[in-house]
Amino acid sequence: MVNTHMAQRSWGFWINRGIIHALLIAAALFYLLPLVVMLLTSFKTMGDIRAGNLISLPAEFVIEPWIKAWSSACTGVKCEGVGSYFFNSVQIVVPAVLISTAVGAINGYVLTKWRFRGSELFFGLLLFGCFIPFQVVLLPMAQTLGWLGLANTTAGLVLVHVAYGVAFTTLFFRNFYVNIPSELVKAAQLDGAGFFRIFWRILLPISGPIIVVTIIWQTTQIWNDFLFGVVYGSGDTQPITVALNNLVNTSTGIKEYNVHMAAAIIAGLPTLLVYVLAGKYFVRGLTAGSVKG
Amino acid sequence: MSAEEPLQAAKQSGGLLQRMEHWIPKMVVAPTFIMMLVFIYGYIIWTGVLSATNSRFLPSYSFVGGLQYEKLFDNPRWETAYTNLGLFGGLFILICLIIGVMMAILLDQKIRREGVLRTIYLYPMALSFIVTGTAWKWMLNPGLGLEKLVRDMGFENFSFDWIVDPDMAIYTLVIAAVWQSSGFVMAMFLAGLRGIDNSIIQAAQMDGASMPRIYWRIIVPSLRPVFFSAFIILSHIAIKSFDLVMAMTGGGPGYATDLPATFMYAHSFTRSSIGLGAASAMLMLGGVLAILIPYLYSELRGTRNG
Repeated sequence: MVNTHMAQRSWGFWINRGIIHALLIAAALFYLLPLVVMLLTSFKTMGDIRAGNLISLPAEFVIEPWIKAWSSACTGVKCEGVGSYFFNSVQIVVPAVLISTAVGAINGYVLTKWRFRGSELFFGLLLFGCFIPFQVVLLPMAQTLGWLGLANTTAGLVLVHVAYGVAFTTLFFRNFYVNIPSELVKAAQLDGAGFFRIFWRILLPISGPIIVVTIIWQTTQIWNDFLFGVVYGSGDTQPITVALNNLVNTSTGIKEYNVHMAAAIIAGLPTLLVYVLAGKYFVRGLTAGSVKG
Repeated sequence: MSAEEPLQAAKQSGGLLQRMEHWIPKMVVAPTFIMMLVFIYGYIIWTGVLSATNSRFLPSYSFVGGLQYEKLFDNPRWETAYTNLGLFGGLFILICLIIGVMMAILLDQKIRREGVLRTIYLYPMALSFIVTGTAWKWMLNPGLGLEKLVRDMGFENFSFDWIVDPDMAIYTLVIAAVWQSSGFVMAMFLAGLRGIDNSIIQAAQMDGASMPRIYWRIIVPSLRPVFFSAFIILSHIAIKSFDLVMAMTGGGPGYATDLPATFMYAHSFTRSSIGLGAASAMLMLGGVLAILIPYLYSELRGTRNG
């Protein structure tokens, strides 16, 4: 009696395991499919694309689509590929990430270790900035950038990304520093250390993980931005997301899907690399900052 | 409380240097404070003011009261935009939650390759919506995309042209958006599952409850907070959805897949009706606030206690 029961259970158990694994693998295929299709398409000739289907292997393996996507595909009026826009994005991302991270770190330090009257209210008001739909600031910012002479410049986009990124970086650092015992700060103060010295010598050396999380979060957010790029960039200063969209959606004539896919992979590669190399920190940032969406 | 002690220590010991120390923290956060007042609150008010003017190609300040809002609600394109948001947002949130919780439960069954699978499920979240949109636009290409793939597999009459069908195009946005975000929802639920106290489950097992029953009656209900925050995050993504629409359909065919965000962009920056664009932006803010104020309230109360 007992034995047959056990045997039945283990049959059921293995069927269950089989179903669970089949479902999980099916889901994995669903998530991988677009990436596989993009890669396959980017190495095919147009003739090959028309003759085969999404997952057929290239009959002839070509890298011309990649070269064309990088250096000669038409993105609107110009036909210089997405290469120069890739570097535009780099020029926007690097300063914007560094500035917003540094400002966020020192803000988080003040908001946890040097609280003053109204500092909690200040933090609450700032937190609200993480939630607003950016459409509600687009028009005034456009006018302000015009007045400052920063319209259609890389510097203008850096300013915008810093302005709306600081709320996030502050949130990250505040939530990290709030768990650091204030006794450390008090002890250092008794030893005569001042505001900046305490930050530099005590807080900063233990901030490694949160700095990585913040930098990764900001890099992905700013690299992937399209809204600010399309509104405040134009022509030579557009980021790569805008160039990719122009390449795919505004170019006239024959649609070269292989070139589109190569350009899309180029645009996605930096953030994908960040994810593969530092997935743990990426996920941590998502959960901490996911409110931004 | 203890956080204020350094400050008190500074006050007590007196001296010019220490009194300066008292001002340094405030001076350090002052730039952020000013930026916040201008770039967030000032601009919201400014947009509110613009929404009450007849601004067209350039901002003007002749006030017309609530006229732009009246025009907005008489505008069939706006009606399409917010109806689409309800449809797109509703389906997107619902499907993401269902897929997310189910995959988290499956992945929580001591799967040997869990790390690899999790990495695969989550990578779309690292991509820009423009890249996602470009990929799915190609996958859904009528003629060369999935339609051809299925036909090549032997189903000669298979047809899948939703992306160019005004009635169905909105659902293609749901597919792509779910592909991008559901892995992340899964990760949230998985973290929630890992936080559940095992002894409750063991006790239920001792009482002879079956696993499906334990999941349905004990585990899923205890994930309520995760459902709540995932809902907030997903609705926030839905309301702000702009890039994906621009990349996949450009709001078309016609304006069949317009969302409030694309409506706002089109009217403010390409159709020269800034007043109307500002009014639509204010309504978007209103929508976000209606969802977020209760959440933000509980969140702030939580951090203060913590």
